[in-house]
Amino acid sequence: MPDTVKLEVFRYRPEGEGEPLYETFEVPYRDEWMVLDALNQIKDHQDGTLSYRWACRMGVCGSCGMTVNGEPVLTCATYLEPFLPGPIRVEPLHGFPVIRDLVGDLEDFVGKLQRVKPWIIREEERSPSEGEYLQTPEEMDAYKRYSMCINCMLCYAACPIYELEPGFIGPAAIALAQRYNLDSRDEGARERHEVLAEHEGVWSCTFVGECSIVCPKDVDPAGAIQRYKVDATLDFFRSLVTPGRSP
Amino acid sequence: MRRARDPFFWGLFSAGGMLTALLLPALFLVAAITAPMGWFGMTGYEEWVALASHPVTRGGLLVVAFLAFFHAAHRFRYTLYDGLQLYHLDALISIVTYGVAAALTVLAAALLILVV
Ligand code: SF4
Repeated sequence: MPDTVKLEVFRYRPEGEGEPLYETFEVPYRDEWMVLDALNQIKDHQDGTLSYRWACRMGVCGSCGMTVNGEPVLTCATYLEPFLPGPIRVEPLHGFPVIRDLVGDLEDFVGKLQRVKPWIIREEERSPSEGEYLQTPEEMDAYKRYSMCINCMLCYAACPIYELEPGFIGPAAIALAQRYNLDSRDEGARERHEVLAEHEGVWSCTFVGECSIVCPKDVDPAGAIQRYKVDATLDFFRSLVTPGRSP
Repeated sequence: MRRARDPFFWGLFSAGGMLTALLLPALFLVAAITAPMGWFGMTGYEEWVALASHPVTRGGLLVVAFLAFFHAAHRFRYTLYDGLQLYHLDALISIVTYGVAAALTVLAAALLILVV
């Protein structure tokens, strides 16, 4: 095993040279180190101005997603070891405007997330005194997988359509819409349909499937999108044979 | 209008994909292997013509052809649209791809009625 490994880190300092460039750092190599540990070594011991997001270091907060040797990954869950002998190229997630160094702009994603109303919508709220909404294990299984999303945006970085059609609402937002649509306590499917049934909702997706491959939480957003397309299509053809029913 | 267009063509696309994936290998197996080999009691051309000219078979073949053509058209439309990034030509691309599929469907219907 080598003593050190080189990292080629994407740098963008708008107030500095203004142009993005790659800066090479040599960090100590440890078998148990993740890419994030190497970045923290740089930040703590070599260049305190290096900017990137991270928080939990255990694959839960979803903030340390970056592009490592071309692949979108959570840097806290990606060992240095498979990239030996290096150099290892670390870039921000593709498809998002860069604010500084490895920090991307989340505004577009957060806006899209809000548009699909990822919360439980009830026509009439029950008061707490009426007790909780009960759910069977089967009813929970219907949406549990989609509820595992940590908003890391790796799926957006991997999606070629999001890069080509920036209006596309995108994999995680659709998976989260389905997380609530398929929840037995929710009554908001009609409202979400307004957004999902747009061309830039589910129909922009051509089922490339990269989103489900890169997802660190096994959410399967591609499956969520396909399932929504099937349901929306069946609804549409049903509305043709049943007049008065809107698709 | 656009809201209706997406599920309509995607419906044809997905139904066509599923049907051809299921049926074409079977059709190929029967038409190209088991029938010529005379397995399972199927023998010659005449039997095939008799089978194919039954109204139910004709109708079925037309449905398969229709969906397969629209499946291919939709795939090709998105190959041009996303693959070559011809977004501004979407209307033209749609008319040409779905138009060709429609024309081929009419041709298939004509062949099924006139020839078989
Ligand atoms: S669906 Fe998966 S890849 Fe996409 S944001 Fe959620 S956890 Fe990340």
